[in-house]
Order: sequence, then structure tokens, then C-alpha cells
Amino acid sequence: MTEETITLEVTRYRPGHDREPRTESFSVPYRKDWVVLDALNHIKDRVDGSLTYRWSCRMGVCGSCGMMVNGVPKLTCSAFLRDYHPGPIRVEPLANFPVIRDLVVSLDDFMEKLRRVKPWLIRTVEKPVSEGEYRQTPAQLDDYKQFSMCINCMLCYAACPVYGLAPAFVGPAAIALAYRYNMDSRDEGYRLREPILSESVGVWECTFVGECSVVCPKGVDPAAAIQRSKVAGAKDWAMSMLMPWGGRR
Amino acid sequence: MSEARPQRPGLYYPKMPLTWWLARPGYVRFMIRELTSVFIAIFLVELLVLVHKVGQGPQAYADTAARLQSPGWMVFHVVALAFALYHTITWFKLTGVVQVVRLGDHKVPPALVVAGTFVAWGVVSLFILYWLLVRS
Repeated sequence: MTEETITLEVTRYRPGHDREPRTESFSVPYRKDWVVLDALNHIKDRVDGSLTYRWSCRMGVCGSCGMMVNGVPKLTCSAFLRDYHPGPIRVEPLANFPVIRDLVVSLDDFMEKLRRVKPWLIRTVEKPVSEGEYRQTPAQLDDYKQFSMCINCMLCYAACPVYGLAPAFVGPAAIALAYRYNMDSRDEGYRLREPILSESVGVWECTFVGECSVVCPKGVDPAAAIQRSKVAGAKDWAMSMLMPWGGRR
Repeated sequence: MSEARPQRPGLYYPKMPLTWWLARPGYVRFMIRELTSVFIAIFLVELLVLVHKVGQGPQAYADTAARLQSPGWMVFHVVALAFALYHTITWFKLTGVVQVVRLGDHKVPPALVVAGTFVAWGVVSLFILYWLLVRS
């Protein structure tokens, strides 16, 4: 009996050779328990070893196997072939990012933006270890918990047309992480992050398309973080106008 | 929108097609929401013109109000009303995302926040209707 197959239309791009990406079709075994990443691994192992893509954990944690699957940003380790049967399945590099080779995009821009928003706990003065841990109530944890689930997979950037049209935009994940730390009761870095968030390419560049939150594989809502940061920024500005001697937080 | 980023040699920089907004249903809904603003802006200009005409006297106002009852303007008003409703409903639905409401230590569920905006909208609309139809 012939094994059932499914076709993957994979974007190929060889820097220095190709002027622009092209599409190459591969026929792979159709297995109901295979994900798109399994199919790509099959191609690399059995058909064409030069196919280039990123992956690591294969369990939706590392965030490195994000690609466009039929035009939608997905972690390919959790995109089952059965959901695209009978195919073909179009696999492209994440949208809105420069392509290095085949399905690998450049992370430089995102990493730079991530660094700028200072996604770590900032304390004005660290308390001595002898004074114990920084305690939080469940309500304080709830303020930021969902935003701490971000795995930096960049699917939200691939879904954001604002980032595609204006690449200087700080973008959904970086702002969500800035918000995560701003909302953390242990953090005192709001004033250091605020200039980055309030610049023209910060939160105000966002037009609330909302697709960043739709595609997030971890249930994070970057659109909410951005809009709430706008509200906080606007309140901050109003307070600075009404009470210039110190109304800002 | 900000300017394009500097490009590194060897990398391929994808360009967004003019039809990008057709790629996903969410983009289309967003673009419709943006488009509604144009109709609402035109209606606001019309309202300002009417206020200006009131200042010019009853006859000037009556003439302009009569012109606004032409079929073309009626069609525009129906479309503008539909777009205003679409904009309002989609925007109110987003309030649950944007505004975190707390009662003491408890967070009000987003659905209740959204419901609150719709109730407030209904109350204000009924009051205006009452004022327009009964009081005048």
C-alpha cells in the first residue's frame, strides 16, 4: 500500500545567490501525529540537507521554530499536519523580518528592542538578603503574570502590520515585557522604561490591530499591554501638567 | 509612520504589498474600523455647518436642513450611522482589554466592564431620545 503524502511548499533563499526567495515543493509522509517541524526535519534528514531553519525544544517552550504556515505565524512544533490536510502547506519565514537564509530570519532588530526596554527587575536600592525575599500578594502577581509567559518567539511581530510598515516600532513583545516589569510590585524601573515606551515609535505607533494577541501561542495579550501603557502614559502626562512639582509616579 | 530601517547586505528584506490588509480577517475588520472615522469626520463637519447656519438665522438653518434631506444625503446618513455603530460596538468591546477595573482586591471581569459600557451607552441614548422626542 502506498503511503499517503502531503506537499510542503517551502520558501528557499540562498544569500549571495538568489535575488529574492523562491518556493520549492517537497512531498513528505502524512502522519497524523506529525507537526510541520517534523515534516521539515524529514526533508532535511532525507531529501535536502541544505534546508535551513531554527528549532530547539519541539515543545512550544523555546520559541525558536516560528514560521508562517499558510500565511499565519505559528510555532511549527505545534502546527499539526492533520490541521492542514490535504494540503499543500505553505511554509515561509516569519513575515516582517529580514531573511538570512531559507526559513531563518534575523533576530537583531528584536533583540536590540528587547534590550532597550530593560526587561528585568530594577531596584533603586537592593535590600540586604538578610531582610528576606520581596513578597507579593496573589493580586500583585496577577497584575503581570500573563505577560511573563512571553517566550520571545516573535510571532506577534510577524502578525503586526504596523511593524511591517514601520520597522522602527518597538513592537508587541518588547512592550508587553516592559509592561510586565512595570506592573511588578518589586520593580522600580518605570521611569527608565517610560522614555522608550512614550517615544513616537513606542506605544503610540500602535493602531490596535490586535492580531498580535490572536497569534500568541502562550496566551499573552500584547495588545492589552500596549493600550494599558498608553493609558498609563497619558495619566502620567496629565499628572505632570496638573502637578509639575511631582505628580508623576 | 517612521522611516525604513538601514538594510544589511546579504539579507532579503520583504516588502508589504498594498493589499496586506486583505491577508487576514482581523486586518480587514481593523481597516473597516479605521474607515468608519472618515464617515464620522464628514458627519461632524456637517454638524458644525448646521451650528454655523443656526447662527445665521432660522431661514439659513431651514434651507440647509432641507438640503440634507436629499436622497444622496439620506444614503450618506444611513451609511454613517452604520459605521458609527460598528465603530462604537467594536471600540466598546475593546474596553475590557484596555481598562482594568478593580473593586478592592478583586479585578472586575472584562466582560462586565464591556457590559457596563453598553449599559451606559443605552442609558445615554435613551435619555437623548427622550429629550429629543418628548421634551421638544
